[in-house]
Order: sequence, then C-alpha cells, then structure tokens
Amino acid sequence: MTSEHQCEVITNEPVIFELSAPGRRAVRLPTLDVPEEPLDALIPEDMLRTEPAGLPEVSEIDVIRHFTRLSQFNHGVDTGFYPLGSCTMKYNPKVNEDIARMPGFASIHPYQPEQTVQGALEVMDQLGEYLKEISGMNHVSLQPAAGAHGELAGILLIRAYHEARGNERHKIIIPDSAHGTNPATAAMAGYNTVEVPSDDRGGVDIEALAAILDDDVAGLMLTNPNTLGVFDENITQIARMVHEAGGLLYYDGANANAIMGYSRPGDMGFDIVHFNLHKTFATPHGGGGPGSGPIVVTDELAPYLPVPIVTQTDGTYRFEWDVPESIGQLRSFYGNFGVMLKAYAYIRSMGASGLKAASADAVLNANYLMNALKDTYYLPFDRTCMHEFVLSGSWQKKEHGVSTLDIAKALLDYGMHPPTIYFPLIVDEAQMIEPTETESRETLDQFIKAMKEIAEIARENPDALFEAPRRTPVRRLDEGSAARRPLICWLPEEATLQDE
Amino acid sequence: MNYLPNTDADRKQMLAAIGVESVDDLFACIPKDVRFDRALDVPEPMAELSLLRHMQRLANCNINTEQMVSFLGGGIYDHYLPSAVDHIISRGEFFTAYTPYQPEVSQGTLQAVFEYQTMVAELTGMDAANASMYDGATALAEAAMMARRVGRKGKRVVMSTSIHPEYRQVVHTYLHGQGWEIVEVPTREGITDVEALEEVVNEDTFAVLMQNPNFFGLLEPVTAFETLVSTFKTAQLVVACDPISLGVLRPPSTYGANIVVGEGQPLGNPMSFGGPHLGFFAADKRHMRSMPGRIIGQTQDVEGRRGFVMTLQTREQHIRRERATSNICSNEALNALAATVYLSLMGKQGFQEVAQQTTQKAHYAAKAIAELPGFELAFDQPFFKEFVIKGPGPANKLIEKLLDDEILAGVDLGRFDDTMSDCLLVAVTEKRTKEEIDYFVERLGESK
Repeated sequence: MTSEHQCEVITNEPVIFELSAPGRRAVRLPTLDVPEEPLDALIPEDMLRTEPAGLPEVSEIDVIRHFTRLSQFNHGVDTGFYPLGSCTMKYNPKVNEDIARMPGFASIHPYQPEQTVQGALEVMDQLGEYLKEISGMNHVSLQPAAGAHGELAGILLIRAYHEARGNERHKIIIPDSAHGTNPATAAMAGYNTVEVPSDDRGGVDIEALAAILDDDVAGLMLTNPNTLGVFDENITQIARMVHEAGGLLYYDGANANAIMGYSRPGDMGFDIVHFNLHKTFATPHGGGGPGSGPIVVTDELAPYLPVPIVTQTDGTYRFEWDVPESIGQLRSFYGNFGVMLKAYAYIRSMGASGLKAASADAVLNANYLMNALKDTYYLPFDRTCMHEFVLSGSWQKKEHGVSTLDIAKALLDYGMHPPTIYFPLIVDEAQMIEPTETESRETLDQFIKAMKEIAEIARENPDALFEAPRRTPVRRLDEGSAARRPLICWLPEEATLQDE
Repeated sequence: MNYLPNTDADRKQMLAAIGVESVDDLFACIPKDVRFDRALDVPEPMAELSLLRHMQRLANCNINTEQMVSFLGGGIYDHYLPSAVDHIISRGEFFTAYTPYQPEVSQGTLQAVFEYQTMVAELTGMDAANASMYDGATALAEAAMMARRVGRKGKRVVMSTSIHPEYRQVVHTYLHGQGWEIVEVPTREGITDVEALEEVVNEDTFAVLMQNPNFFGLLEPVTAFETLVSTFKTAQLVVACDPISLGVLRPPSTYGANIVVGEGQPLGNPMSFGGPHLGFFAADKRHMRSMPGRIIGQTQDVEGRRGFVMTLQTREQHIRRERATSNICSNEALNALAATVYLSLMGKQGFQEVAQQTTQKAHYAAKAIAELPGFELAFDQPFFKEFVIKGPGPANKLIEKLLDDEILAGVDLGRFDDTMSDCLLVAVTEKRTKEEIDYFVERLGESK
C-alpha cells in the first residue's frame, strides 16, 4: 500500500491551487518604510479591486517541491537524447546561462542612457556582424523574438519593397514541404499563399514553379536544406527564376545548423534570411521559448528593416530610430537580448572552425543514423542527407498496423524523445530525425538499437506498441476530449474528478 | 572542440559505416557555385575561462541597476525577484525541453503552463488565457487581430494615444497588410479624450484598444470606454495593463474588457535590456477558439489519471497553416514559468502587498517631488506607480545630471514626443526604499 501511495504522489502532482491553505505565505517584503496612507486616498475607490486575485497560498518549500517534481516529469536535452527534427535540440552550454545572469546584462533597463549600456550594444553589434558573415548578407535586425516572428519581419519587408515600387503583389509561394509557420506568416502579412510541389528528389519542382511564377508573386519562402533534410541543388536556378519574375527569396533558417561555414544563403541568391538563435546557436528552448529570430538582408531591403538599428561610430554605439522607410517596430524594445547574449557567447566559444565542425558533425551524425536505419524503416528520399532526414513508418503501418505515433510512444519507454512526427506533410507516417552534433556515436547507437527493437516488436507483438508508453509519468492522454470540452484554467470542482 | 563529443576515431568509424571517405563527401550535394570556399570571418574558439573573462569585460561596460538607484519604467520595471524563481527556471528539465509535443514526457511544462493560464485568468478576471505571447506589445497587436475574428466584420481599429508609443508602433506594423484602418484618439490631461473617442468609435469598429494604467501611469476613464464600446455589438474592448497593478486595481473584466493583455516582465523576470519577457493574453472563454498561440488543457490518460495536453491545436499554424489564428510557434514558455513561480511565491497576500507598497511609495515620491520648487506633476490625475514630472529644464539634461549621483531618473518623454521634452516619466516600485526616494528627491532639488 505504501509503495502504491508513493507512486501516486510521484506521478500525479497536485495543481498548485490544491496545495493552498488560507494564510500560508512564502516570500515576504520588508515592512513599508514610507508613511502609509489609506489606499482610497491615493486611488479612487471605484478603481480599487474589491477581492484579491485568487492566487495560491503556499509556503516556499511547497513551491520548490512542487516545481521540482514537475520538472522531473519533463524530458529535456539535459535528461536524454532529443532528435526532434527541424528543432535542433543541441546541448545548451551552462556557461552561457551564467553569462546571461551577470548583473551587467540581466539588470539593465532598455531606457537607460546609451552611454551606460555600451557593453550590451557591443554584443548586439558584434552578434549582428557574425550573423551577416555566416549568412553572406549585409544588414541585420536582431529584433524578432522567434523564428516565426523573423518570418513576419521578412515578409513585411517583402511587402514594403514592392509597395515602395508602387507594385502591389498578392502571392507568396511556399513549398509543400514547408513549416506551418510559413503559410501562417504570409497570411498574417496579408498575402495569399500558393503551394509549389516537391519533385521526386525532394526539391522544389522547377516546372511547377515556372508555371506558378507571374508578376503577382511577391516572393518565395524556402528552407534549404529543406524539411526533408535534403539540399536543393537547383537553388541558384530557383533564385534566378523568382528574381526574373520580380519576386524576392526568403530563407527560413530553421535548418541553418547544416551549413555553417559550408554554404551561405546570401551566396545562394536569397534576399532575406532569418536565424533561430535557439536552434543553430545553442540557446535553450525553454519548454517552448524564449527564442530569438534575427533577420539578415541584402542592401536592397536594408531601408525597410525594423527600428531601432544598432549603429557604431568611432567605437561608440547607439540606436538609430530615424529610418523613414522602416516597416516600424515589430515588438517593444530591442529583441530578446538575453537570448542574443547566449548566442554571442556560443559563437565566440566555437569560433569559425568550431561552427564549421558543428555543421560537419551534425551532418555526419544524421547520415550515420539514416544509413543504419534505412533498411528497417522506409526512406522515401534515399540520398545523402544534411543535418536531418525523414523516415516513414509506412512499412510498419501497412504490415503490422503500427503507426508512427505508436513508434514514437514506444521510444519514450527507452528514455528518448521521439523525432518530429507526421511532418513534413508530404511523407506518409513521417518521422523527421535530427540528432545534432552534440550527441556521441554511443548515443546514436543506442537510438539505432531502440528503433530496431521497436521494429522487431512491431513484427512480433504489435499490441505491445499500442500500449506504449508504460514508464512515463502519465500514459497516452485523451487529446480528443481535451479539445471537445476544453478545461484550460483550474476549477476546484474539476480538480479531483479524475484522481479517484 | 567545445561541445562536440565525437572523437576522430568515432568519425572514422562512422564514415566507414556510411561508406564515404570524408565528411566533405557528405557535403558534395551542395553545388560548387554555392559552396563557401574560405573560412568564416569569425574569431577563433575561446575556452570557457577566456569566454567568461571576455563576457565579464563586456558586462562591466554597462552600468547596471544594482549599481544605481533606478526610477526607470515605461513597460519594464525593477520589481523584486525572489531567489527561488531563478533556481526553478534554471532546472535543465525545464529549460532544455521544447514545445510539449509529446505530453507523456512533458507534464512538467504542461502543468506549469496550465497553472500559469489559471493565474493570468485570476489576475485579469477573465476566464481563458493562453500560454504566452512574445511581449506586451505583440500581445496587443494579436488582440486586435483576434477582435476581428470574433466580431467578423468592420475595418476600423480605434487606439488611444495614451497607450505606450512602442506598443502603438507594433500594432501599426502588425496590421499593415490587413487593409484595416487604425484611428488614433488624442489625450487630454494625460488620459484618453473621451469626446474624441466617442466621435470615432462607430459601427465599423471591431476593436477599441486602451491601456490602464496608461503609458503615463495614469488611470483611464474606464467606465466611458465600457459604456461606449458596449453600444456596438461587434466591437471588442482590448485592455493592456501592468500585471502588478492588478494587485490593487479592479480587473479589466469588471469594466467590460473582452481581451486583456500586458507585459509579464514584472512577474519574476529580470529586466535584461528589454527581453526575453512575456506577453500575457486573456479573453472570454466563449472566444477561446479565436485566440492566438498555444493553449494547455486538462484531460486524462488511459488509466484515468489527470494529465495535460496542448489543446485546440486546430487554431495553430502547424495544423491550420495559412488559416491559423496566428503564426506564433515558440512563445515565451520559460518566462511564463518564471511568472508562475513568482506568483506562487508571492501568493494571494504577498502579491497584493507588492502592489500596495508600490502604490504607497510611488505616491510618497510624487508628492515630495511636486513640492520641490520648479517641479510639478504634469497631470493632475490618479495614478498607480508611474507619474510624469515637469522640471525646470529638458528631461534629458536632468537624466544626465542625476547619472552623476548614481540615479537613473526616469524616461525622457521627449524621445517619443517633441512637445514633452521637459517631461520625465518616473516609476517607483516596492523595491525602492524611503532612503533612496528621499535621496532622489534631494538630488532633483539640487539639479537646477
């Protein structure tokens, strides 16, 4: 009974409101040291809150244990292999966390006089220089807060570029292998999207592209290497075609980890590039952010960059706000500075040779995995991959009724995070695998072993996979009922419903 | 090489297994004309110790708020950050995870966000909240876009100019491609001019945006907003607010807000030169399917245990693509976790005390400054923790002068509006001691 009881406690931490006891407190403030006035003498009574907000009433140790337990229910890069395709779950160096917490960085206010934040501006300026060099572009804005935000910045630049030429266009072309953020971004910027199919080698279908291109096309959004993990060999031709039609090329940098020091989007003919600092430059993903999505652009697009822009004269840095053709500000202040710091530190730590070595190992690791697994799982695009590749669970599905979801859930019992699944959409039962360069050969071998064992179980005893996972804090969850009857805030009457 | 575990022996074995001679063979798929054939012009690698020294040198080129007495606000505030917050968010299980795509191994993140959503709802008085937006400004812009989805018609967004100027800029940037009309309403005595507001809100209006307390720290005529907006069926009232103010001020739900947003930085996040922080986003439950961003919901597993999942995902870009409610993917999950831990540590009473002490100290400071010869409050209006003072000279000169006294005096409003170059926006939090405030007042008095 004891062990059962403990098990319940470990795997079912109460919601913090359920730990609440009236009058219990954690952190206290010093006693008020200015003369106290009645509150309603300071603020009109009709503007005062009558009931305090219903926050929990807990002690500090309650808080620490609660969130420590919750953390233990998570899988992170620090706890195990995390080959989530297109997310670049590489190791996040601890020293960068210490750096971002230095008071000289963490405790500065965005409206401090510029002469008091020269160190911060130097970091931003230098990071911008490195990103320009790595991408082969000439101008930078560090403002976007995440990859999708960088996309929005980029597409708004495309709009500004065409509008400045009195040439309103309405369409953005997006490959069928693209991330969902691409079409969503184009729509947010007021564009219609047109999909271009992939050819049988996984690249953009050139003939189909030629058929779509016309003078209403504002631009093309492309990821290269793309979400299949393959490098589009026709990239210069694609760039030429789009430019000839008067459109611009947007580079989605989600997969930039494959090409650092090997190839540059600027040299491929792209006009705008965004980087995901939280992918390529090793800043932590935080359970879903904060990210940072700087954009780098060509000379032609520079006049439209978001404000402010960091500039330097004679070693003194300042923000330039007066940019008449700018698309405007994209968020408050200057971007996710704390994330920029970590990316800057990562780039300095790796250096030119280290960045190139990182891409080399990322590509080596991916090809090693692909090669080891391609006889066990169907590989729809059988060619050298870059930093990631896409397997299909279609053999297991067809022959044993085991889906990619079942395979993913089985991996959880091996202590590994599954690949990105059911994406890209053009591969049936897709499993998009990105090992990253920070994993050792031994870790890759363990993954190969797990994937082969799972394929074996699919053959011998598929039912076992339908039951997976078994060793996780909770087992498969009912997502259907969560959506049909959404409960998105804690309600006391719903609290114990499912605990009995 | 830093962070790369493979040895040359490993690489050799792996290349052999793949059946190629060298790593360069793997890059042969990149056509020659787009291959980069020189070394990147980035400095050579640094060992950890050298990196730390280098970064410390850069950090030392900044003067931080621990070395100064800060009265800076304007959206980012120096509230107290309890120690435990950083200890929790520094756990690798939290910060090295990503979006909880596999809920069975992400219950930590998922439950914490569920708790966050609940706390945001409690603060704002609304009954639905999402998992966070990038910041307060983008949350406001997204709220305007959501208002259009809810109201389904109309072309006009009405926005008070008492809203933070950077937020207004962001709304313009976000909405630029939509073909809507943004009408800005002037202020009178520092708050929204109600008569001007009444003139521009009409049948074609789908969103009315306000900030309370407003950019100048002043309380807005909320009842006038409520009365006006409620007469138009499809118009949504969007309120941006400082979350700390909700410890003493009535929640926006009580004055007719349909969507409530704001900057969550004051809840447990360091100022960090303006980011990363989080935008909170709350709305009426009936419209949760029109909300942007991630939403976490409660459900159960196959054994009947309570668990949490990302829900209503058919609104999101990875499913709905160009028909998604927003393109947002990564949000500010770790900052939202910090907010959740902060609100748990301060708790029901403590959070109220933060807001009360902030109010007391801000009013103590304002009163003392207003009594200084040559200084006055620019607006005679009720305020929460920020107020505008007018001094005898330009605000930027005042700021320069007080820097010598190790004081960050406030925000020069001339940077946003030429006609306000003699105005200084001063913020006072519970962290400022009476001694610090008295010192500030004394130095101000000497500044002429």
